[in-house]
Amino acid sequence: MSPSAAGSRQPAAEGGGRGQVWRSRRYRWDLRWSPYAFVAPFFLFFAAFGLFPLLYTGWAALHQVELTDPSAMTWVGLKNFTRLWEDEFFWNALRNTVTIGLLSTVPQLAVALGLAHVLNYRLRGSAFFRVAVLTPYATSVAAATLVFVLLFGRDYGMVNWALSAVGFDAVDWQNGTFASQLAVSTIVIWRWTGYNALIYLAAMQAVPGELYESAALDGASRWQQFRHVTVPALRPTIFFTCVVSTIGATQLFGEPLLFNGGAGATGGSDHQFQTLGLYLYEQGWVNLHLGRASAIAWAMFLILLLIAGAARLLRGRGDAR
Amino acid sequence: MRSLRAGKLTYVVLALFTAGSLFPLVWTAIAASRTNTRLAQTPPPFWFGGNLGRNLQMAWTDANMGTALLNTVIVAGTVAAGTVAFSTLAGFAFATLRFRGRRLLMSLVVGTMLIPPQLSVVPLYMLIAQLSWTDRLQAVILPTLVSAFGVFFMRQYLAQALPVELVEAARTDGASSLRVVWHVVFPAARPAMAVLGMLTFVMAWNDFFWPIVALTQSGSPTVQVALTGLGRGYIPDQSVIMAGALLGTLPLLLVFLVFGRQIVGGIMQGAVKG
Repeated sequence: MSPSAAGSRQPAAEGGGRGQVWRSRRYRWDLRWSPYAFVAPFFLFFAAFGLFPLLYTGWAALHQVELTDPSAMTWVGLKNFTRLWEDEFFWNALRNTVTIGLLSTVPQLAVALGLAHVLNYRLRGSAFFRVAVLTPYATSVAAATLVFVLLFGRDYGMVNWALSAVGFDAVDWQNGTFASQLAVSTIVIWRWTGYNALIYLAAMQAVPGELYESAALDGASRWQQFRHVTVPALRPTIFFTCVVSTIGATQLFGEPLLFNGGAGATGGSDHQFQTLGLYLYEQGWVNLHLGRASAIAWAMFLILLLIAGAARLLRGRGDAR
Repeated sequence: MRSLRAGKLTYVVLALFTAGSLFPLVWTAIAASRTNTRLAQTPPPFWFGGNLGRNLQMAWTDANMGTALLNTVIVAGTVAAGTVAFSTLAGFAFATLRFRGRRLLMSLVVGTMLIPPQLSVVPLYMLIAQLSWTDRLQAVILPTLVSAFGVFFMRQYLAQALPVELVEAARTDGASSLRVVWHVVFPAARPAMAVLGMLTFVMAWNDFFWPIVALTQSGSPTVQVALTGLGRGYIPDQSVIMAGALLGTLPLLLVFLVFGRQIVGGIMQGAVKG
């Protein structure tokens, strides 16, 4: 369809050639430029609040900047980074991030896969179950963590009460290193398992039924069908959820902040569950060193890039097989 | 369709999962209806007590939950409305309209999804400090008003839900782009707009990292920031803290109860195409 053809169809109700010329010119303008107007808001907002800060972080990381006066910047070169390299709390936070990340991501995705498999059966009330397992997703980090702090209480918490009821000793969920990391991971697992299960379920429903029929004809059991048909068909989705969960795990912040009760951003009395995200916050907004916080942000980004590179290599090898 | 019929065991497994998903929420309400003294006893309470009203009231006044809820409604509502409007416009342009640089711009949109938010949090804070926006709601609204995921989601939906012929027919009748958007695109996009709006609302309501950084002085906190204050022990009463958590969660749970099926559908739809 050409604009002039459309323009000529316009009834010349208002008479006069001038109106018509003006109108068709306006029409051509509209056709040409309105696509850009429609995508402009996204790019304008992104430039202001996404791109500019992103670039500026690298600049700020090379300066000493204090929260008390963010506009006063002193050039210090790479000092923020060398300091980070020698900072035992940074390495501690990195270690914790990795452990908590593994403790939360691996069980979460494994359980989600199994849950999706069960949800994929022909069920009565399937809508109810789907909504029910997704409900934790609607709960905020803050509310969920406060509840779990109480459930994991050392003296009167329900988890320790249940443990003692079956004959185990009470666990100090807030001060033990492994125990506290496990408790923090539990909150993550609780909030995200249902969400991932739904993503797997969607992918499962796209697997063609013939694959299962032929597998069944070959005498494959349900478990074998799950292992040899479902899981391979879901590989791209599993990869996708691994990436998303890994990104989420490197950014873990709210759970360790609030699991600490009143003690601020240290991640426990001995920093035993302080993550990188929390350490960034502590450096920037508790210790007021914005330059160092920027350096931590860049370190986190580099670590993510390393993981992404490793995943790519792994994936390439897997595809070649 | 190959779906196997579920046996009894399937329902047992699902019932256990459902219980695990819902238990912490139910228990929040139980703890919120008790006293602090009762919560410091074993065994913990398993049923509701009579203190809910008092605890809700204390959370409401001491943690300023009323203001916080109002602020959060404003923030989440504006962010959801903005994201839906801008995403629909951009999604329509990318799905249906032909223009120079279209592919490049779309891959830029997708590329921005890969940038971790921490990477820009320090300069973003410096920016809003410069603008004197700290502790004001625009500090948390404006940076999240557009979403690359939203643009992507709407483009995918409109590419199949909006026939190009329909747009061309409207054009032939001499409709301007704005008229096309209003009378053709918006009606066609309505189901996806609803889903995206709800997903964005949930995300904005629960957003934590940026609000706690940007609203440090808690002059106008969101619910999450107010809850953090409760958790840090300004009020050392566990039952009141749980009442606060309940107040912060209940509105979203209601949204969920009403629109749960659509939200589930939206997540599954986004997943297949993502």
